[in-house]
Amino acid sequence: MHIVVCVKQVPDTKIIKINPKTNTLDRRSAPAILNPYDAHAVQAAVKVKEEYGGLISVLSMGPPQAVEIIKKSVEIGADGGYLITDRAFAGADTLATSYALFKALDRISKDKPIDLIICGKHAIDGDTGQVGPGIARRLDIPPITNVIEISDIDLKIRKVRVKRKIINGYERIETGLPCLLTVEKEINPIEYSPLPNMIRAARYQPVIWAVSDLDEVDRTQLGLKGSPTIVGKMFTPPKPEGGHVLEGTPSEQAGQIVEVLLKNKELFSVN
Amino acid sequence: MQENRGVWVYIEQNEGKIEGVSLELLGAGRKLADKLEVPLAGVILGDSIRHLSDEVIYHGADEIYVIEHSVLKQYRTESYMKGVIQLAEAYKPEIFLYGATPNGKDVASAVATDLSTGLTADTTMLDVDVEKRLLEASRPAFGGNIMATILCKKHRPQMATVRPKVMKALPRDSSRKGRVIEEKMDLREEEMRTKVLEIVKDVTKPGLADAHIIVCGGKGMGDERGFQLIHELADVMGAGVGGTRDVVEAGWIGHDHQIGQTGETVTPKIYFAIGLSGAIQHLVGMKNSETIIAINKDPHAPIFGVSTYGIVGDAHEIVPLLIKQFKEAFKKGGEKTHA
Repeated sequence: MHIVVCVKQVPDTKIIKINPKTNTLDRRSAPAILNPYDAHAVQAAVKVKEEYGGLISVLSMGPPQAVEIIKKSVEIGADGGYLITDRAFAGADTLATSYALFKALDRISKDKPIDLIICGKHAIDGDTGQVGPGIARRLDIPPITNVIEISDIDLKIRKVRVKRKIINGYERIETGLPCLLTVEKEINPIEYSPLPNMIRAARYQPVIWAVSDLDEVDRTQLGLKGSPTIVGKMFTPPKPEGGHVLEGTPSEQAGQIVEVLLKNKELFSVN
Repeated sequence: MQENRGVWVYIEQNEGKIEGVSLELLGAGRKLADKLEVPLAGVILGDSIRHLSDEVIYHGADEIYVIEHSVLKQYRTESYMKGVIQLAEAYKPEIFLYGATPNGKDVASAVATDLSTGLTADTTMLDVDVEKRLLEASRPAFGGNIMATILCKKHRPQMATVRPKVMKALPRDSSRKGRVIEEKMDLREEEMRTKVLEIVKDVTKPGLADAHIIVCGGKGMGDERGFQLIHELADVMGAGVGGTRDVVEAGWIGHDHQIGQTGETVTPKIYFAIGLSGAIQHLVGMKNSETIIAINKDPHAPIFGVSTYGIVGDAHEIVPLLIKQFKEAFKKGGEKTHA
């Protein structure tokens, strides 16, 4: 079984700063990391491999530095990876990104057919969750989003069962292979990487492709040119004024809050 | 592109019930349609859902496109996507809005790819440039301390998913009249690649999204034991419990309770932010709450910028006092109403 996990290098939004004058990202302020949801996607592939065997490849599009997240994926347990990097990819929105990744997947599958594609639910910098389903549509395979469990893979009849999170619950779905799953964090905890993986990752060099290495690419669908959406403007939301900071002893302050609460008694679901 | 006309809203229904966000989008879509002087239409798919058409019109639509089919009984990307694309290709809207729910985002992503058009995710502000007939879809970027307006100039329809609980639904008006357009669709169950085996509703645990009161704790609670105070305060009020990304990652509480950019967006009536500083990715998930009560040791913590009431102090001292006084006061209040 060949599993491909799509991964993205993102700035750690937990610590990123914005230059208030230019409204642009101060990239130096944030380290580049493997998108947290994609780490769970790689881990999910490792779990599937442990049970059913196979090969895990990761695929990323990004600047040359993005090899670091492919190495990180190898640390978690991927067997190898591909990075597509080219100026022509720059400025891609979700539509152009899914096109580029689709072309890369097409090339990968010519060497080794793909049975399952796993993506993180979304990337923490763009927050869209649209690239995974976009890839699935282009490959004409079923996209299943918000997956929290993968089970019952049957390679003979080429079926897989998953649990998918929905509003206030989940649904159990059966679909055919190949398919594309986007996974939530609760699918698994990230396990500590075994030492041999870490040693392998340190030395690992992924396959690197430019646009010219991919087959039959329509360049008008790549990068900025191939992106229907553009950022019109960036603006700072009106700064909240903030409210009333209470005064008095801790006990008096607690009392004032309780008064506020008692005005909303209908909200309490206690007897 | 010039032939594209009208504002559409994807009406999400689950088991014959319209999701709240779809009604909110009819409210927001009404404003856009009025500015552009075009009709507002709803799009609804499902099995035996025709009766919902009136509700969509009562909430602001001029038209409703309906596809009924037994194969559409449960939501599946492949069948729903096909229906939505069929309608969009036949009737060519200029703007098409979806709720940013799991299924709304799922169908919108697939439709955008097939229609080769732009899709803005998790929008929180909508407007139109009337002259250029451009949708201005704005959303928090990079954790929410900056907003980005996304435009789709050369492709139609211009599509966006919109966060639940951000837009306002119009009051239901049962005197409104509209046009119902029923569409046929060629679907066969045996051609479906995906089957829904079972739908399990988690009724034991009301989602944070539905909670009227939420008590959320951050790193300032110290450790997992300190975090128990958050549970205790929530329990006396029957409130939901939330955590910041930090405490979820530390394992003090499960992922389902994470509030913020990578967790839930909530808008309860009362939100307690305790021992958390108010990092940008947290604020984006809770700042539209009606009343925000913040407790933090640091008077300069950003959370005080969005709070309605702030207490500068130690949560470990204040929260037990709150619990005690609340219990006493509530008992008293209860007696009064009985008398």
